[in-house]
Formats: sequence, C-alpha cells, structure tokens
Amino acid sequence: MAGLSLDLIALQLFAGLALGAIYVLFAIGLSLIFGMLTVVNFAHGAFYMVGAYVGLYVLMLGGNFWICLIAVPLAVGLFGLLVEHFLIRPLYGRGIDYPLLLTFGLSYVMVELVRIAFGKTGYPFDTPEILQGAVNIGVGYFPLYRLFVIGATAAVLLALWLFLEKTSFGLIIRAGARDPQIVRVLGVDVSRVWLIVFGIGTAIAAFAGLLAAPLQGVIPEMGGTILAEAFVVTVVGGMGSIGGAVLAGLLVGVVVSMTSLFAPEMAKVSIFALMAVVLIVRPQGFFGRAGLMS
Amino acid sequence: MTRNVTKSERISRRRLLATASAGAALAASPFRINLLQAQETPIKIGFPVPLTGPYGTEAQDQVRAAQLAIAQFNDAGGLNGRKAELLVRDDKLNPGEAATRTLELVEKEKVNFVVGSLSAAVQLAINNVTKERGIIFNSISQSDAINEAADFSKYTFHEAMNPHLTSGAVGRYAFSKFGKKIAFLTADYAYGHEMVRGFLDVGKKFNVENLGDVRHPLGTSDFSTLLPRLQALKPDILCIINFGRDQQISLRQATDFGVKKTIQIIAPLLSHASRVAAGPQAFEGVVGGCSFYWGIEDKFASTKAFNDAFRKMYDGKVPTDYGALGYGGVRTVLAGVKNAGSVDTDKVIAAMEALKYDFYKGPQYYRKCDHQSVQSVLIIQSKSKDMKNESDVFEVIGTDEPNEANLRTCEALGHKA
Repeated sequence: MAGLSLDLIALQLFAGLALGAIYVLFAIGLSLIFGMLTVVNFAHGAFYMVGAYVGLYVLMLGGNFWICLIAVPLAVGLFGLLVEHFLIRPLYGRGIDYPLLLTFGLSYVMVELVRIAFGKTGYPFDTPEILQGAVNIGVGYFPLYRLFVIGATAAVLLALWLFLEKTSFGLIIRAGARDPQIVRVLGVDVSRVWLIVFGIGTAIAAFAGLLAAPLQGVIPEMGGTILAEAFVVTVVGGMGSIGGAVLAGLLVGVVVSMTSLFAPEMAKVSIFALMAVVLIVRPQGFFGRAGLMS
Repeated sequence: MTRNVTKSERISRRRLLATASAGAALAASPFRINLLQAQETPIKIGFPVPLTGPYGTEAQDQVRAAQLAIAQFNDAGGLNGRKAELLVRDDKLNPGEAATRTLELVEKEKVNFVVGSLSAAVQLAINNVTKERGIIFNSISQSDAINEAADFSKYTFHEAMNPHLTSGAVGRYAFSKFGKKIAFLTADYAYGHEMVRGFLDVGKKFNVENLGDVRHPLGTSDFSTLLPRLQALKPDILCIINFGRDQQISLRQATDFGVKKTIQIIAPLLSHASRVAAGPQAFEGVVGGCSFYWGIEDKFASTKAFNDAFRKMYDGKVPTDYGALGYGGVRTVLAGVKNAGSVDTDKVIAAMEALKYDFYKGPQYYRKCDHQSVQSVLIIQSKSKDMKNESDVFEVIGTDEPNEANLRTCEALGHKA
C-alpha cells in the first residue's frame, strides 16, 4: 500500500500511545488488587462491564455523563466492598488459587445477571456532545473523546499515586502489602485496609468500563476481551507494579499500533507475542517482585 | 459376599423407587395425553447458530423468526397432523463447534433437516457434515463457496444472498454515485475475502481503483490504530466489510475519527440488529445492502403478513434481516415437506427445487444448478432523523430485482450444464 508518510507514522505512534493509555486504565485496578492483596481478580472484566451498565442505568434515570463519572465508581466500588467482605475475605491465607477460582465463578454470575436484567443484545452509549468530533493534533485528526480518556487515565493515576505515597493511609496499605503480620502487631486492622483496596480496585475497573462505553457500546460480554488485555499488561509490567502497568500498557499500545500499520491481521497476536518475549527474558515482568506468585 | 448382595439389592431398590415415582408422576401429569397423541415423532429441524459471541444479537433474531415458521406450520396442521420442532444449538461462531453440534443433531437427535449458520466459514463446516450424511441443509448466511461445485451437493440449499450478488448490487450503486477510488477495512475470513473479490469484480466495469485492503481479526474491539492509515489513503469510498459487533464498533469509531467528513462509508450488508445496538450516530449516512427490511411491507403482501405474525408473537417487535432469513430458511424446507407430502429427502429436494415462493420479501426461487435462492437485493441508507419508531432505522434507496444474471453462471461455479 502506498501513502506511508512521516505524518502518518507520527499519527500512528500517537494512536498507539492513546490506545496504550486505555490499556493502562483497563489494567490498573487489576494490578492494584494483585499488588496489595495478592488476589488475582478474574472478575475484573465483569466489574468493568457492570460499570458500563451502571452508567447506562444512570443515563436512563435522567442523569448525564458527568454524573456517571462520579456515580459509577461509587456504586460499583460499594459493590466491590460487599464482594470483598462476604466472598473474598474468608479465603485469605489459603493460597492464590482460591480467590482466583471464586472471582472466576463470580464473573460468570455477574454476566448472567446483567443478561437477565438488561437482555443479551447491546445498547448504544453516545459520546457526550461536548466531547464529540475530531481535533487536529498537528499530524492529523484525532477523536476528542480519546484525548479525554487519556486525561482521565492520567488523573486516576495521579490520584492513586498521591493516595498511596503521600497519605498515612497509603503508607499503611503499602506496609500491609509488604508484611501484614507486623502491621497487625502494630495495632492496625489489616482487614479494613484490604477491604478498601479491593473497593478502590473495583471502582477503577468500573470507571474504565464507563469510559470504554462510548468507544465500543455496551454488551454483557464486553469484559471478556479486556480481561485478557489487562492481564497481558499486568504480567508484562510485573504483577502488582502500578508503574510497570503504565509502562507496559503504553508499550503494548505502541506495539499494536505499529503492527497494525504493516501487518494489521497480526495486531491481535502481537500483544501475546510481546508477552511471550518479555516472559522469556524477564519472567517477573518489568518491575515485578520475584516470587509474588509463589 | 453378603456385602455384595446387599449393595446390589440397595441399588435395585433405589432404581425401582425412582422408576415407580417417575411413572406415577407421568401418569398424573397432562403429558400423558400428549404422549398418547404424538405416536409419530415430530419433524425435527436442527438449527445451529452463534448465540454467543460477536454475532449473538443477529443469531437470536434468527431463532425467534425460525420459531414463527415452525409455529405457523404446526398451527396449519403440520404434515397430516405431524408437528415440526426446532432444535437450537449454539455453534459459538466456530467451525469445529458447529461440526460437532451438527453431528450430534444428525446422529443423536436424528434431525430430518438442518437450517442455520451465521458465518461464511461455519456454514461450510456444517455443510460438510450434512452432505456426507445425506441431510438437507438450508444455509441462512452469506457465502460464495457454498454455491461452488467443490462444496455443493444436492442436499445443499442457500436461502441467504451470496457475497457476489450483494457486493455487485451495492457496488453498482456506490461506484456510480460516490467515486472511483476505494479502500477496504475487512474482517479477515471467508466473508470478507469473498466480498472484496465481489466489489473488485463489479468495480472493473467502473474502472475503480483499489487503494488498499486493511484486514482485521474477527472480534476486534478497537480500530483506532487502523483508521489513520485508511484516512491517509484518501479514498472516495471506504468499504467496511464486517458484521455484528465488529460492524457496530468499527462504524462508531470511524465516526469518532471524522472519516465521514470526506469519505463515503459503504458496507455490503447493514445489519438491522447492529444498527439498533450501535445507535443512529454510528451508522449515520452509511450505505449498504440487505436481504430484507420490514419497511417493504407496503410493497409486498407477503412482507406485511410476515411482519404482522412476528409482531403478534413478539410484542409488536418487527423482524430483522437475519431474522427473516431464519424464517425463510425454515419455511421453505417445511413448504417442501408439505408439497412432497413426506419427509423423504429426495422428495423434499425435488419439491424445494420446484418452489416458486413469496414468503416474506417478494418472489424467490432456488436455481437448479446450485440451489441458490434467486432474490432481490435492497440498497439501504441508515437514518438518523425523522425516525417514526425505534425500528425505523433504514431508508430503502434502491432495489436490485431478482435476476440470475447477477449471480455467477453455473459454468463458472463448476457445475455441468
């Protein structure tokens, strides 16, 4: 195909970074819960999907997109708290596969419940009017809404970083992740810490689902594909490392984008090829702590 | 020794109890009467379609309308009182799964006929199973290969349109109106490949220039890395050849990227169910083809009758394009049964070959050499304003009347004259 210009390559690179930001957003909740709780949350995609549906419901009740941005993470985060309290909590200390299987089953239940409540067919989810259309970014036109998603991702990351690194509660969370025994001895209620981390992780998953809704529409199975992508990003970045997830997400985006330019039919496979290469060279991922899975 | 005896005794007692209670329940239930009445087994039609996965929305419509055809046949007295029954299976849009399910339907359920499929690739897998076992299969999704001598058998019927017919109709319309430079965004499997071939075929007459064909895997959720490349090619027409959720997402994201400002988007098929699921924004202004649109009911009495029956059965909903195919596929087989007065395969084949039918979209018939249904193609444009109700989604802007000349010739397909 003709028409390969420098502008196109630059635009393609930008599209890759933008897609990468979306991957980061998909992965961050998963990475947070794994890093702090060592729980592999297989229901991550289901929480993401529920986020989109709660958004849809808020719109049906007469709300707007901006209300959704607040209401969706709150509602689904609250649901996450209940899931942690009644389902995950009894399984702590029993090995990594117990919560994994539980959340795996939970994801099926959640998808099926949404099918019953909202039906199997999808719903449209319009981009908020003010964010419609494409803007010139110098090398070509790019959808305004995607730029908004990048901004929202950056905001979530910044807030999370400030919370974990700059608040005393964040300090307790990080300490709890390192050595729950000592933290408990110091008189901190570790189970409350874990509860809140799980709630935040699911709230971010739901936030991601809401932001994805205008890009893809809403359907009960929408969490399936992103679960795979989020896992790749988490594994490449290093299980549990949020910084790693950011770097890996952006890298995966660029790899997909560049593969799309030259061999588009390979784009989907390229994600997994990248993961395989990283796992061979560096099994714990970019910034992963070795032995976290054992 | 004694232990063994008690064990077997316990089992036989339990089995006896189970059998007795089941028998008692049966005797007391209204099923008994049914059992006595239905001495003859029903006419079984296997129906493998991809209920889950990216084409799920369309597949569910196929089932709904097929059930209507069954109900109408039974209400009209069946075949001398013998009723028909639909056995729906999920083929998961996977050829291997479809072959297994079809084999089960044939070997275990002893179905008389198979109707179904919603994929150019999957229907060939089903056809392989049915033709080897001498079971009639009426395919209700697009494929060119199924008409060709290598895949065809006398048991194979094709109620759906095929890519050559569809792309020909849409291409003739689009190339004369929107320009000669075309680029493709194509789902990377048989459906996409056959459609591109069809568009380029008809494009020769219009001196169309092919700028490039970008292929994406089935089930893609993000097209943002493919669209800049296509925009940079600066075509007059972008032809997006995919289906189901892929179509919904790609049209939506193409709209976001501002493709429609300078480029006319066309699609060989615009799916009613996908248009409803994706909303008017995403499909706005897109031109494409379809085999059926409920809005032609003011033109054909058969369409009106079909729509009304469907509305009655499903709370006022109207049938979609692929729904209509599910209806047509089952209805023609059952019409063959009725005309033949038997479920005997050869007699039903002869009866179906002789059909001149108008069941839902105007006159149709199966061409003798490849059992392709000769039918009209509708050219439609998606509406985004002045919609009267939620089903008022397309405007019919052209019609290719049924004409064998728009199909590939029997000789070209490898059939002996």
